[in-house]
Amino acid sequence: MKLQVAGENSLILYLGKDVDEATSARVHAAVAIIETALGDHLLDLVPSYASILILFDMQSIDHMTVVKTLHKALAEPTTRAAVRGRTVALPVYYSRETGIDLEPLAARAGLSVEQVIELHANTGYRVFAIGFAPGFAYLGQVDPRIAAPRLDTPRQRVPKGSVAIADRQTAVYPSESPGGWNLVGRCPVSLFDSTQEPAMPIAIGDEVFFEPISRAQFLSLGGDLE
Amino acid sequence: MSMRITHPGILSLLQDNGRLGQHRLGLSSGGPLDSEAFYLCNRLLQNPNGSTAIEISAGGLQLLCTADTWICLTGASMPLSVNGKEHDNWTVHRVREGDAIEVGFSRAGVRGYLGVAGGFSITPSFGSTATVVREGIGGLQGKALNTGDSLPHPVLKACKSLFLPARERPRYLNSLTVRVIPGYQQRIFSRIAKRRFFGAPYTVSERCDRMGYRMQGPAVNCAIGGILSEGICPGAIQVPPDGQPIILLNDRQTIGGYPKLGAALSTDIARLTQLNTGAKVHFAPITTHTARRAVRLSTLRLSKLPLEERRN
Repeated sequence: MKLQVAGENSLILYLGKDVDEATSARVHAAVAIIETALGDHLLDLVPSYASILILFDMQSIDHMTVVKTLHKALAEPTTRAAVRGRTVALPVYYSRETGIDLEPLAARAGLSVEQVIELHANTGYRVFAIGFAPGFAYLGQVDPRIAAPRLDTPRQRVPKGSVAIADRQTAVYPSESPGGWNLVGRCPVSLFDSTQEPAMPIAIGDEVFFEPISRAQFLSLGGDLE
Repeated sequence: MSMRITHPGILSLLQDNGRLGQHRLGLSSGGPLDSEAFYLCNRLLQNPNGSTAIEISAGGLQLLCTADTWICLTGASMPLSVNGKEHDNWTVHRVREGDAIEVGFSRAGVRGYLGVAGGFSITPSFGSTATVVREGIGGLQGKALNTGDSLPHPVLKACKSLFLPARERPRYLNSLTVRVIPGYQQRIFSRIAKRRFFGAPYTVSERCDRMGYRMQGPAVNCAIGGILSEGICPGAIQVPPDGQPIILLNDRQTIGGYPKLGAALSTDIARLTQLNTGAKVHFAPITTHTARRAVRLSTLRLSKLPLEERRN
């Protein structure tokens, strides 16, 4: 554990160096502890793979006091009790029409398209970080056999709900945007909806499973093939 | 009652103090780039701190009043006229139903703030009215203001005609010293790289927007090209592999993977965002202790600036 100055009203807490389950679990647990310890002094938090950025109200507390408070709170064994994320299932219509990169991915891996889908769907993914765009969640880790680098040239337009792979991470595009990840399917559930509370069906620390669904199911769940 | 946009100018955005507590959804904070001019706009209008106003970049905004009210324009020196007659900036003016308000192009500075008595009545999204166009969140349907948009506002009975005395108004110059709190990965930058960053002049490049200001100058080299993506604080100074530092602002992405030297002081960010392309910037390191004192002093000064009342 290492606390470092970030800015005039912020500190960053490092809880590891790598992308892995154990580090992610520590980040998830520390978020709750920091919230309790800082209370109203806390303005915002940005949890990520192995760190948490802490923004505090500089009118009411200073760096030194935050550091002391957090060292004490994070050292207490009683509060270390593992806070488990939820398990969330997201339906995905895997197909050549929604997953334009399934075939190149299969060819690259020396597998069939069906095997690629099976490897992608039969894994629990941890929500490591949320960022890049509202509701964009970085999920890991993808089976190394179907891990693939980003496209050399990002696409101008990736449809909303696209399920995609980049290296050992996977994600669902919360809205239409440019993007360079490899598309394998599409999810009919909205990953970010400002009119709903909560706006996202998943949060940092949750475990996500993808459930393969048919074209008909995708459409009946409100999916859009545009 | 409302004001109608008859011309939106280059980029006009509804802003309040910004969106906090939503970084976990990947939402940036938004909010006024020059938080000081924005604050004074509301203070002059006797509005609650953080009332929604329009941030005008460069100028060119035109509006039509549909009710009697009061307005005030602060920030960059954009000529303000009502029905073709020039009016002072940093001053509360009475406007009447049918009046045409025109904000011209700036003579000095980049961001102007046009407020109305009582503030614009905009439905907040995620707790704030701040418009972040990249995310499509806030303001009116997450968009920049456009011709025909109608901005509702309350109709107040009274508002004092306050103004900020000329001697207290900021002067927007072509050079600035930005104080920086060393932090984040500053240890992985060599002493030579840091000496260069804090010693050499940088120029405000053309690639500047509400997400960040990209500087041009001697390259700051870093042994590491990328890091595991982590949270980015306001004003964070990130250094991509080309060595040209970027100061990250209100509409930045919440996480990123470039190494960072630290973060600029908020009061200096307010001034930075008033600089035009080509302006000169020096960076100076300060401790967290000094930073804290400087920010608190500046906050106090702004809240105590003597406003005067116009008699006529």
